[in-house]
Amino acid sequence: MIAYIIRRVLYAIPILIGVNLITFVLFFVVNTPDNIARSQLGDRRVTQEAVENWKAERGYNKPVVFNADKQGLARITETIFFEKSLKLFAFDFGRSDSGRDIGHDISQRMWPSLAIAVPTLVVGMMVNITFAMLIAFFRGTFLDFWGVVLCVILLSISPLFYIIGGQYVLSKLFHLVPISGYDPGWEAIKFLILPVIIGIITGIGQGSRWYRTIFLEEIGKDYVRTARAKGLSEPRVLFRHVLKNALIPILTGVVVILPLLFMGSLIMESFFGIPGLGSYTIEAIQRQDFAIVRAMVFLGSVLYILGLLLTDISYTVVDPRVRLG
Amino acid sequence: MFTLFWTDALIFLLLIMVALFTWYARRKEHLRSPWRRVGRSRAAMSTMVILLAYVAIGLLDSVHFRPTLDRDGEAKSLVYSNEAISAFDWLASDLMGRAEKTYSAPFATHLYSKETVQLPDGTQKRMYPKLEYGGAHLAGPGEKAGDIIAGSLRGGVKGLLVWIAAVAVFCTVWGRRHGRSPGRAVALITSNQTEFRWRATLITLGVLFVLMWISTELSAKYHVFGTDKVGEDVFYQTLKSIRTGLMIGTLTTLVMLPFALILGIMAGYLGGWIDDVIQYLYTTLNSIPGVLLIAAAILMLQVYLNNNSEEFASVAERADLRLLFLCLILGITSWTGLCRYLRAESLKLREIDYVEAARSLGVGQPTIMFRHLLPNVMHIVLITVVLDFSGLVLAEAILSYVQIGVDPTMNSWGNMINSARLEMAREPIVWWSLLAAFVFMFVLVLSANLFSDTVRDAFDPRLRGVE
Repeated sequence: MIAYIIRRVLYAIPILIGVNLITFVLFFVVNTPDNIARSQLGDRRVTQEAVENWKAERGYNKPVVFNADKQGLARITETIFFEKSLKLFAFDFGRSDSGRDIGHDISQRMWPSLAIAVPTLVVGMMVNITFAMLIAFFRGTFLDFWGVVLCVILLSISPLFYIIGGQYVLSKLFHLVPISGYDPGWEAIKFLILPVIIGIITGIGQGSRWYRTIFLEEIGKDYVRTARAKGLSEPRVLFRHVLKNALIPILTGVVVILPLLFMGSLIMESFFGIPGLGSYTIEAIQRQDFAIVRAMVFLGSVLYILGLLLTDISYTVVDPRVRLG
Repeated sequence: MFTLFWTDALIFLLLIMVALFTWYARRKEHLRSPWRRVGRSRAAMSTMVILLAYVAIGLLDSVHFRPTLDRDGEAKSLVYSNEAISAFDWLASDLMGRAEKTYSAPFATHLYSKETVQLPDGTQKRMYPKLEYGGAHLAGPGEKAGDIIAGSLRGGVKGLLVWIAAVAVFCTVWGRRHGRSPGRAVALITSNQTEFRWRATLITLGVLFVLMWISTELSAKYHVFGTDKVGEDVFYQTLKSIRTGLMIGTLTTLVMLPFALILGIMAGYLGGWIDDVIQYLYTTLNSIPGVLLIAAAILMLQVYLNNNSEEFASVAERADLRLLFLCLILGITSWTGLCRYLRAESLKLREIDYVEAARSLGVGQPTIMFRHLLPNVMHIVLITVVLDFSGLVLAEAILSYVQIGVDPTMNSWGNMINSARLEMAREPIVWWSLLAAFVFMFVLVLSANLFSDTVRDAFDPRLRGVE
């Protein structure tokens, strides 16, 4: 087991190097720092001096990959590639283009993100499983048909509609919860209710339809027939046998997104003004703060790869038939 | 004078490809039979009519030309306008030209906000000014409801008449092909005894025709969905947005298809180090969260556009390039899934007898991949393409909201929602832009979802033979 985990971690290294190279190429080779500076400073007739100043302030005034002016190791380390890209491996994100410490910002802002993402995921899964169970219980009847139609309708509606509609109905019309904002501590709950509810509703269509297929696949298996043959009632078969076995694909499917929960939801957070990592990223995109976007791209990839690793491990934990090769 | 935008060219290329594929598939029984299954589904046939209507509008909107400018006295030399307009704009030139001052509600006759108006007798008064075009033909406020009903009825009857004519033509043609008289054909279709679900198809067509004619009739005199901040007709904007939505949904796939096909088949069939490299490539790309990769790429494009803005003749050209680039980058983030499926399928196929036979007969590897593997993975491609479509249309709206979507000057549902969202705080609320965008997007996505489900069921070999 440990050998397997070590090997999987080693596999992840070349992928991370690849991600790092892609972000480097995207941010420093496609457009030179000069171009970025000009674009940031607004005017195309900006002076070269202003461009140099802008670069010097943010440490973009070094050579891209090789510094011929320096001696020894400094030839490599005193470059943009080393300073801005390689240091990401040590989770040293440096400073944003507006001068803030990105690492500190991330550690501050991941908590509000988690405060939305975790309840949305947990409650959402319970709702989806219940709904999918109901549809599967009535399989083959008109309730099944219309349940699936309802799922398709729900997933055809733009998530933006749920957000805007929810904000309008619950906050503006009935004044049940604040439209947007955030307070630290327990006060946060009243701000979190609406985004969590909307997040759950947005996921119902996709999730329930997927779980229904999983349930139906399980129901077709031999052990279910055996369970019925020995006289178990249908609810008992469904909840005691089918549900337990169907949880294997469901849980392993969820594990992959667990680490990404830290990143938060881009749209949800910015609509509801929650100071999490999602809105952090959006603000960075809108301000064109390349340092933050770069850090988030790298962080996101690391978390995704971690998710894949956890998925593989969780397979072996929940399903003893899976052997690691 | 015709002008061809990049996206236009690609969409016509796609059209040609679809036509070629249809022509090819007509003669192959194994390709025809899944489509026949699609035809036997009521939902698929009805949604296909709706999708075709969207496609028709999108295609009309993709034929761009620069109209000649009327200049008195200079009739000899033709002068073309700088701005290219599409065939759709030309058809809907009424809608395009009738701009009001600012917001007005659907079917309104007066502006949404109060203004100080100079009355004929010289005094000034704060009031809701009358709209310049919307309901301008009405004599008094009491006439509006009656006029709208009369207009709808007129449009409905016209639509019905056109529909009856279309049904008559269809039944005659159908009857002739199946050796029945037109009357018998009508009887067969109404009692739903045809192989394909023509009754549902024709009913959907009828509803569509009636709605189309009603909206044409009414939008000639009113702003059916109101007007937006700068007074542009929202109905016109929504229809224009169809093209953007379709482009994102289809061009993305067109762009990613060659990569996914070539790399996926190569990885699966050739194996060895090529397989390793390709797998590494798509795992790496796949591990970057899609939105962030798109954001990074679009930011970089913006920098490029800012620095090279003099290269573009018009705003439209620039917006078009951005749309194309967005499709490209969406393609790059989404080809990995298809590539993985194709690799897995090719891995299976290369052990199958006919490939083995081809190999032992000395057929070259490129030929095997092209002649024997490619046709046999096409169903996966088709299923993925159709399933991806609706997700991409929805993604466009979200990306535009994050401001990494299409150009802000381009008509798109995302941009409409985004600009309307800022007006949510107003009282009374400006809801019509939002509603129009959501309704049109919902109908397209729902139809696409229902249609693609049937296509998937028909083409998925695991489900074949279940009936």
